[in-house]
Amino acid sequence: MSAPAPSMFTPAAQAMAAQLGLKQGRANLEAFAETLQTLAQADRNVVAVTSDSRGSGKLAPYGKALPRQIIEVGIAEQNLVGITAGLAACGKKAFGVSPSCFLTARSLEQIKNDVCYSNVPAVLVGISAGVSYGALGSTHHSLHDLAVLRAIHNLTIIVPADNTETRAAVRYAAQATRPVFLRFGKAAMLDVTPAGATFTAGRAVTLREGRDVAFLANGETVVHAQLAAALLAEQGVSARVVSLHTVKPLDTATVLAAGRESRAVITVEEHMLTGGVGEAVASTLLQAGLAPRFKMVGFPDEDTVTGAQADLFRHYGISMEGLAATALALLAS
Amino acid sequence: MTDRDLALKSLALRRRLLRLIHEAGAGHTGGGLSCLDILNVLYHRVLNVSPQTVDAPTRDRYVQSKGHCVEALYTVLADRGYFPDADLDTVCHYQSPYVGHPTRKIRGVEMNTGALGHGLPICLGMALAAKLDGASYRVFTLLGDGELAEGSNWEAAMAASHHQLDNLVGLLDHNTLQITGHTREVMANEPLDEKWRAFGWEVRSVDGHDYAQLTAALTTPPPKGKPLFVLAHTVKGKGVSFMENVAKWHHGVPSEVELAQALTELTAAEAKLREVHA
Repeated sequence: MSAPAPSMFTPAAQAMAAQLGLKQGRANLEAFAETLQTLAQADRNVVAVTSDSRGSGKLAPYGKALPRQIIEVGIAEQNLVGITAGLAACGKKAFGVSPSCFLTARSLEQIKNDVCYSNVPAVLVGISAGVSYGALGSTHHSLHDLAVLRAIHNLTIIVPADNTETRAAVRYAAQATRPVFLRFGKAAMLDVTPAGATFTAGRAVTLREGRDVAFLANGETVVHAQLAAALLAEQGVSARVVSLHTVKPLDTATVLAAGRESRAVITVEEHMLTGGVGEAVASTLLQAGLAPRFKMVGFPDEDTVTGAQADLFRHYGISMEGLAATALALLAS
Repeated sequence: MTDRDLALKSLALRRRLLRLIHEAGAGHTGGGLSCLDILNVLYHRVLNVSPQTVDAPTRDRYVQSKGHCVEALYTVLADRGYFPDADLDTVCHYQSPYVGHPTRKIRGVEMNTGALGHGLPICLGMALAAKLDGASYRVFTLLGDGELAEGSNWEAAMAASHHQLDNLVGLLDHNTLQITGHTREVMANEPLDEKWRAFGWEVRSVDGHDYAQLTAALTTPPPKGKPLFVLAHTVKGKGVSFMENVAKWHHGVPSEVELAQALTELTAAEAKLREVHA
């Protein structure tokens, strides 16, 4: 019997989540698969394309319910993206689903040319992204995906924070007329989106207002920023939390507001610090003449240590305690 | 259109192609000349396409996987009336929509290609879409010899027969040369007929400059459930004596003198053809 996966949250973080009333959700991947199945049941043009990835994509129930609307290509990611582009060019709402580590490296040229340059309304879904595969190591990590995709013209890149953002992002992608990339992890998420919040691609969601420090985060890191903000509040520090779910096009207005209205800005991402959302935020702030105290939290340019996703998050400071400490140090600097 | 009409048209289009490449100062001369007869047969006898139906969901799809031979495609499309012939004078010019590889910005071009090994997987997706819709359109792609070294072709070769895509046609412009020299010396790809058969395809070998053979191979349906691979034996630089079977003409651009000599040869060939049939 294998050891249980370590928790993402310390007992103190769990207590804080309970205090904030954050509801336990499921993996974003599961919310994605369920939403896609609902859409596919209503529209026979919706098609999923998998590379022996229906299990890891949580699409086995979809495949059973809608066998004609799932296309298996075998372990062949280049073919997966080409086929997805061809389907999209012929009127299908095609979702190409594959682990982000393979999808955005092996088939990068197909993403660049067949999807983005050809401008077909294909949706590419990078599953088990970031360090979701944890101790399986760097072959299975996608800490490069946002950097390479940001440098490709004509692609909307969305990294949802929780199940609510995931469902909305999938619905957005299904009706988009241009290429979309969605990135999901496989850890069970706490729901951070406030009731009644609306999702618009390219518009960040402010989860909490604050004046001293602003956390600009995305994906599975957002909840840790949310908990850190609550911990900082207990120490008299007012922290803003923003879910920058759309990496491209970046919501520059929200980024600039954070830079103007806070003494310090901290970006948080499950990605290499090189080329990720932190650098996107930094260039936005600098080009507008803003220079708040600034720190990027993510994965440094080094051989990633071994460990489960929770271990790696803690190791690199993506935790309630780690982010709160970073904020205090930055404000004191 | 008779075989003779097609032959005359091919000679005229070869001249147009060479003038275009000379004017543009760039292009793929040898491969353009080797695939021109194939394109002529496709656009005049095989493909259910027209300038009036570029968006019709039921049209056949043609994706040029060997995108570097775009000049041949643009020349044939202009001749078929997709856009004015004068547009060809702008190929590769500053701010022209006529990029040096196929682009969907141009009427009649289905997909942006140019990086090799992309056309077949894209066409698989298109053929699958037709099957899902119960539509009868066919999907065609043109591949080059050197391109077959790209592994993505073989991923698609495997998947096409697995999905029983008998509405998919892969055409090989088999001129046996690539930029460095003979394909058999760069990366041998023979025996191609056995390889594609082993991957579950119906394979037909034809003379890629013989209109009747090309027409028969492309219009006779393959066995049910089998994708079709047409191995078209061609001559790189076809029609111009000093360009034929010479690898340097892969992307050689004819000088003023060379262009004049080539045009003279092609015009003489046309006169001879008209004389024979007079």
